[in-house]
Amino acid sequence: MLEISNLDIFYGKSQALRDVSLKVSEGEIVALVGTNGAGKTTLLNTISGLLHPASGSVEFLGKKIDKLVPHKIVQLGICQIPEGRKLFTDMTVGENLEMGAYTSETWKRRKETLEQVYQLFPVLKERARQSASKLSGGEGQMVAIGRGLMSNPRLCMFDEPSYGLAPKLFSEVLEVIKHLREQGITIFLVEQNVRRTLETADRAYVLENGRIVLEGKSKDLLQDELVKKAYLGL
Amino acid sequence: MAVSNVDFHVDQGEIVGMIGPNGAGKTTLFNLISAAFPISSGEIRFKGQKLNGLKPYKICRLGIARTFQQTKVFTNMSVLQNVLVGAFFGSPNRVSWADAAREASQALEFVGLSAMSATPAKDLTLGHQKRVELARALVTRPELLLLDELMAGLNPTEVSEAMGLVTKIRDTGITILMVEHVMKAIMGICGRIMVLHHGEKICEGTPQEITCNKQVIEIYLGE
Repeated sequence: MLEISNLDIFYGKSQALRDVSLKVSEGEIVALVGTNGAGKTTLLNTISGLLHPASGSVEFLGKKIDKLVPHKIVQLGICQIPEGRKLFTDMTVGENLEMGAYTSETWKRRKETLEQVYQLFPVLKERARQSASKLSGGEGQMVAIGRGLMSNPRLCMFDEPSYGLAPKLFSEVLEVIKHLREQGITIFLVEQNVRRTLETADRAYVLENGRIVLEGKSKDLLQDELVKKAYLGL
Repeated sequence: MAVSNVDFHVDQGEIVGMIGPNGAGKTTLFNLISAAFPISSGEIRFKGQKLNGLKPYKICRLGIARTFQQTKVFTNMSVLQNVLVGAFFGSPNRVSWADAAREASQALEFVGLSAMSATPAKDLTLGHQKRVELARALVTRPELLLLDELMAGLNPTEVSEAMGLVTKIRDTGITILMVEHVMKAIMGICGRIMVLHHGEKICEGTPQEITCNKQVIEIYLGE
């Protein structure tokens, strides 16, 4: 579904990603783990079209997308749920959700999609008219996820969904992610809670200083000495 | 009502943890202590002095500094400039450029960000922005430091490093009150933990007592 080949990304003169290649197949949950500053968010931003590679390519459903602008990429069915949520704090919860459905195709179906989001997160229906600035961390994360789903994505990319969530709530978010996969949405998950992430994902990649240093089935990576030492703190 | 009838105290030299479900009122409590929100009723005292009604900068100059859950770095400034703001405005006394620059560099070294001092703060990862805030808070020479989810967005190895950092700060004589969802950190370094739920303090105890508490497991930790 998503195929990234030999990607190089620069910020000015400094290189953030080096020769990154990875694949996400339809129906998978694929995780990307790595230290702070390894380039995880940079990779997501590149897939979303916020950054363009110096060399290498990003293909989605067989189509090259690395020169497209972000809204075109959203229309193709990729959404990014950003780190730190990035809600529109001057808007209500309902308005934030509707913002996710801005493409002409999804706009027509927004009422129906909104109902699905409310089914997933009933508390958001209660809060629909409340300002997004008045939400707790957990509710804010639900809005961010809901806003992403409003674009009817085929590939949903999560950037640190555990950020600021109580342990129990993060478990619930992982359940939501599994549920979305059952609904046919493919998941690309960037997350610092490495153990829980590897327990949830089918496959994973480890990114260090802009390079993929390790890849494999999640259950194998959980047993890997490098992963244990560097990421599980064992 | 966001926080209701909450009583607690923090003794000098302690690391006290505050946990609770999202929306329990933890950050609100920090906002009350630092005077970002006004107190409707009740009082907050620091070293015997009543804080109610004081402006945030006064509270900082009395010796209470904080970091933020949703990071509030000055995005258009460099890392060093962010910390300089703390050095210049966080102290009750006039501070010379030379002193501010020296203290800011020391604080950046302490949190491990020396190499990034010229980087625009907006280009940092959230984890690094949290460290900038920590340096900016430390440079005001606080006696009480309020840490709002310092560990969020860190991987387990980075969490261990940050735990070492917090312990080191306490060992310099700074008392710490921390809100955190990373249980490894809370359980590892806090002497005492209190639990908020729906704006009320529902219990308080040692890490051991808290992890065994049925209600805490049910509302917060999960099975």
